[in-house]
Amino acid sequence: MSGWDKFVETFFNAKVMVKYLPDILSGVVVTIELALLIVVTGLGAGLALALLRSLAIRPLNWLIVFTVDLFRSLPPLVIIVLMYFGLPYAGPAPSGFVSTWLSLAFVLMAFSEEIFWAGITSIPKGQWEAARSTGLSFGQTLFNVVLPQAFRLTIPPLTNRTIAITKGTALGTVVAVTEILGQASSAMSNSYNPSPLMMGAAAYVVLFLPVVVAARWIETRFAWKR
Amino acid sequence: MVTNHIVDARAIHKHFGTLHVLKGVDLKVDERELVFIIGPSGSGKSTLLRCLNRLEEPSSGSIVVDGIDMLDAKTDINHARRRIGMVFQSFNLYPHMTALGNVTLALRKVAGKGRAEAEALGRAALERVGLAERADHTPGQLSGGQQQRVAIARSIALEPRVMLFDEPTSALDPELVGSVLEVMRGLRESGMTMIVVSHEMGFARNAADRVVFMDDGLIVEQGPPAAIFENPTQERTRAFIGQIQRH
Repeated sequence: MSGWDKFVETFFNAKVMVKYLPDILSGVVVTIELALLIVVTGLGAGLALALLRSLAIRPLNWLIVFTVDLFRSLPPLVIIVLMYFGLPYAGPAPSGFVSTWLSLAFVLMAFSEEIFWAGITSIPKGQWEAARSTGLSFGQTLFNVVLPQAFRLTIPPLTNRTIAITKGTALGTVVAVTEILGQASSAMSNSYNPSPLMMGAAAYVVLFLPVVVAARWIETRFAWKR
Repeated sequence: MVTNHIVDARAIHKHFGTLHVLKGVDLKVDERELVFIIGPSGSGKSTLLRCLNRLEEPSSGSIVVDGIDMLDAKTDINHARRRIGMVFQSFNLYPHMTALGNVTLALRKVAGKGRAEAEALGRAALERVGLAERADHTPGQLSGGQQQRVAIARSIALEPRVMLFDEPTSALDPELVGSVLEVMRGLRESGMTMIVVSHEMGFARNAADRVVFMDDGLIVEQGPPAAIFENPTQERTRAFIGQIQRH
């Protein structure tokens, strides 16, 4: 048997792959559920915090900045572990799925708040003044004039962060979430063969490549002619 | 507060930290009057203008525009600002909208017009500044002079009672200044009350009813353009006029 055949036999073993395909697919479903929840709640909360911050209420802003800095500096794995193993001592005992979701949503909230905030503050003061001088309220100016411009600037960094953090769903394995990587690694130990891991890798590519392409499409759509 | 003037600002003071930018300025403007404010940079003329629609919060004083007490906490400032158009040195058009979008935004959101009515009014305003055929262009596709005219259209579409111009031609290439001044002249002829901070002395001479000279946070002297330009009574005015006319 040649080296190449051995390599294929080891990493792309058809028998093993067929056997564990259902497991990997169920992992894909869990990963998609987790990812969607994280993206929607994380970005939503991040935007909400950035909007609250734009109200310029000092004590509130200190709290926001502290929270955001905390979640940006903590490793996501630590947050997941603390929530899953630590929180039960204080009462609530979230499942591994919920722990992973909330932890990563907090991290995405923190990073996206900073990105949204940077976008909002990068819009020149003159835009605010022009809008306010025509009688638009603070909120109307924010939503009609400032945010549409800010979003356009935030899309590239936001998609990068979102993808990076969503891939963190793999960290769910440590708290027994049966997402792609969890399924792949248990299949790997059961079959003594790394082929399931390759399937898992393929699943990640199939999942995230469309996201990257969609991000690119959104970027061009939001661009305006200069 | 009873007043016969459409703009009645009294004893306006403005501090920026330790900087005393306005030191008790009174400015009264009659309806249909065109008042020019000139003065060296840092004299407080732009700050005064920005206090009138409260883009800048005066430290003390009173401001009444068209019978509305601008500094009263009970005044709906957004409603009041609708009656006071403002044009900026840097145009400040919304880059993500077309010219028509720029003009119709406040018509829809502030004046509460429906889309069709707002667009009709918006197109009429663009027509008035000579840019009807540019309605669907974005600011990036327009020259500086055209952008400033769209900015003027954005203000006049709301049918303001007073228009404030903050150095409207200072950011323009010389060959584009004329088109903006032309629009301003048209506005004046239609009877618009205008307060203009600018160094377009030729325009001031021809079109202004009154020239106000400011220096160091105070109004030093004011009067008809001919008097201010030919026979200033104050030494500081004379020095300033002399300087700008040397160029």
